[in-house]
Amino acid sequence: MPERSKTDLLSVRNLKIEATSYPPGEPPKTVTLVEGVNFDVKKGKVIGLIGESGAGKSTIGLTALAYGRGGVRITGGEVLLDGQDLLKLDHAGIRKVRGAKVCYVAQSAAAAFNPAHRLGEQVIEASLRHGIMNRAEAEKRALHLFEVLGLPNPETFGQRYPHQVSGGQLQRAMTAMALCPNPELIVFDEPTTALDVTTQIDVLAAIKHAIEETHTAAIYITHDLAVVAQITDDILVLRHGKMVEYGTVKQIIEAPTQDYTRALVNVRGTGREEATDQSDTLLKVENITAGYSNGFKVLQNVSLHLPKGQTLAIVGESGSGKSTLARVITGLLPPQEGTVTFDGKPLPPALRGRKNEELRRIQMIYQMADTAMNPRQTVRNIVGRPLTFYFGMHGRQKTERVRELLDQIEMGERFLDRYPAELSGGQKQRVAIARALAAKPDLILCDEPTSALDPLVAEGILKLLLKLQEETHVSYMFITHDIAIVRAIADSVAVMHRGRLVRFGPKSKVLSPPFDDYTDLLLKSVPEMEIGWLEKVLKTRRMESAGN
Amino acid sequence: MRLRAIPLSAWIGIAGIALALFCAIFAPFIAPYGESEIVGDIWAPMGGDFLFGTDNLGRDLLSRLIYGARTTIFVALAATILSFSLGMLLSFVAAVTGGFVDQLFSRFNDLMMAIPTLIFALVVLAVLPQQLWILILVMAILDSTRVYRIGRAVALDVAVMEFVEAARLRGEGTGWIIFREILPNTLSPLLAEFGLRFAFSILFLSTLSFLGLGIQPPAADWGGMVKDNKDGIIFGISAALIPGAAIALLTICINLVVDWLMKRTSSLKGGRGDA
Repeated sequence: MPERSKTDLLSVRNLKIEATSYPPGEPPKTVTLVEGVNFDVKKGKVIGLIGESGAGKSTIGLTALAYGRGGVRITGGEVLLDGQDLLKLDHAGIRKVRGAKVCYVAQSAAAAFNPAHRLGEQVIEASLRHGIMNRAEAEKRALHLFEVLGLPNPETFGQRYPHQVSGGQLQRAMTAMALCPNPELIVFDEPTTALDVTTQIDVLAAIKHAIEETHTAAIYITHDLAVVAQITDDILVLRHGKMVEYGTVKQIIEAPTQDYTRALVNVRGTGREEATDQSDTLLKVENITAGYSNGFKVLQNVSLHLPKGQTLAIVGESGSGKSTLARVITGLLPPQEGTVTFDGKPLPPALRGRKNEELRRIQMIYQMADTAMNPRQTVRNIVGRPLTFYFGMHGRQKTERVRELLDQIEMGERFLDRYPAELSGGQKQRVAIARALAAKPDLILCDEPTSALDPLVAEGILKLLLKLQEETHVSYMFITHDIAIVRAIADSVAVMHRGRLVRFGPKSKVLSPPFDDYTDLLLKSVPEMEIGWLEKVLKTRRMESAGN
Repeated sequence: MRLRAIPLSAWIGIAGIALALFCAIFAPFIAPYGESEIVGDIWAPMGGDFLFGTDNLGRDLLSRLIYGARTTIFVALAATILSFSLGMLLSFVAAVTGGFVDQLFSRFNDLMMAIPTLIFALVVLAVLPQQLWILILVMAILDSTRVYRIGRAVALDVAVMEFVEAARLRGEGTGWIIFREILPNTLSPLLAEFGLRFAFSILFLSTLSFLGLGIQPPAADWGGMVKDNKDGIIFGISAALIPGAAIALLTICINLVVDWLMKRTSSLKGGRGDA
């Protein structure tokens, strides 16, 4: 165990966190969430906690505030802040620390702000309540922080309500709220995960600038190693509540010693050559304009095409119309103008007008496998239903085919009678893929199928999709916001921005210069696993704060 | 399903319901006296020849309780089942179809609910001939407005889920979507409602009997028996409490069973290992 030195602000020693779970029909069990975690945060330095979901990173982050979420108990170890053990403080003592010495920035700023109060009031509230400064001083500091964080019109920003500013601005306002009482330590819990890449980079830059300016120490929690490499000094890699590796950023990124860390660093290793033959067109979308009944056009004049057995990636930020395009192709949203041609024949615009055979050939995989499968049906029924519905299979023949499909998705027949709640996130997505495959489709629309998954699991899903494409020659229309995935699996790429097609063509052409402005911005915003990447990019690109 | 997996509380409920059903089915064989036979003094005390004593006309309370189980359970159960079938079917169709159909059903439902239930029932029952099936039907239709409300709210939550969209994209018909995709996911709240509604049905039936439009004398029903004997309470005679207790016990038994069913259906792991 490392010795505590004078410069350490926060020292966590031998942390043990437990929770009680209540499995139905069994006596309550005590589950150990976190065990044997040690780390130090020096004054003015940033530590990154990284790991997949369930690694205990948020739980550990919150112990710096001596807080455990519902049912979670800190049962062992020490959390020393300036030499004082936070776990030994009584309720009143803890209240003096929270919001004054240690502050917290949540993942979803939209949910963390009270929509009924103005932002300015909420930003200075903690400082006033703790009596750290008077109102005039607090307002002055808030104004200064708004400026440092690059918020538009800092003088009037505090007058606005949370719904009047964008997601990226809200996240920065929350950072201002945390910085306002001049805390010694801030806990950032995935502050940029819910943001678009082009917004994420601005928020990252703002956070980095602000903590450097104020010399505040921070714990930065994320699942994205590339992000953490830009902003922290040390990294602690966690898995299943235990420490995997603890070191400086340089050591972790450039010379990881553990297999798990190495896998995280090299996670974006999947890839393949693009297909060159573009002649045999399967899907053709021409001049599609679509929108909802309020008259707002979500898609404007979009035309693209997809050859048989290939993958078309649709890239864009949230609100760019990617998912709406998928809804138009499936017939859920009939377009106002334009046509969809499938295998040489025009498709009826509305779902109701389409024949079962036409429906069979286009299948869909959703982002959230949890909600895409009926929780009351077993895997056997979920995968078997398309077989009965489209091919009239029953009994042994059907069971045989379901088994085959489960083998194809590398899961096997022991999963036949499980319910979705008994599967992991990656397994659920695999079952969803099997359900799509069961219909023997020519085209699968994939709506961000990996964005809700941990990086290593997501990579497994991508590999599976590529393998299935080789076996069955199915085409994919792959909707994503992640350029790395596009590089890995696409043959052709369509870039969308605010409902318009910005760029479309073979991958090698779309992703190489000369770029249009938007594609350039998008490509440059994707974090790379490289120290100093953020500074490098910021030099070549002006802050787009006003827009975000 | 293993019998051992059924918890004690559910067994108590099942036993209570079984006893009530047994009384209802074999009433003529187990009742010591006839249904409307006057066998003794007015309001004779408990014990002796009459286990629960006699009622306001000198009829044996136990016998009337046993015969009353017949009418009460049959009418209340039939009305509740009917109201659920009707309410759920209409509400699910409205939730799945949406648009004009939804508006039509929902506004008509609002219209029905705007009229006070009891007055509506009184008017309709006074006009129509006094027959048992008409009574059941009127009770069912009035109750189904409440079921419709909750059914539509629950079904709408499920109807927007992606697995329902996936079923639509597959080309499934409305029937499949309602019965296979939505219904299994809405059973828990609806079952809870069923337990409550059944109790309300018994009470509503006794209210109607009290007003002379429910079960017609001299046939026995529990609600009517409370009414017949209520004056005795003033003189310290507990005859009215016995049918009242029967109503309460049956309601509790039904809710014990429903609670267990609800736990089973709310488990997303197929109810296995859920106690």
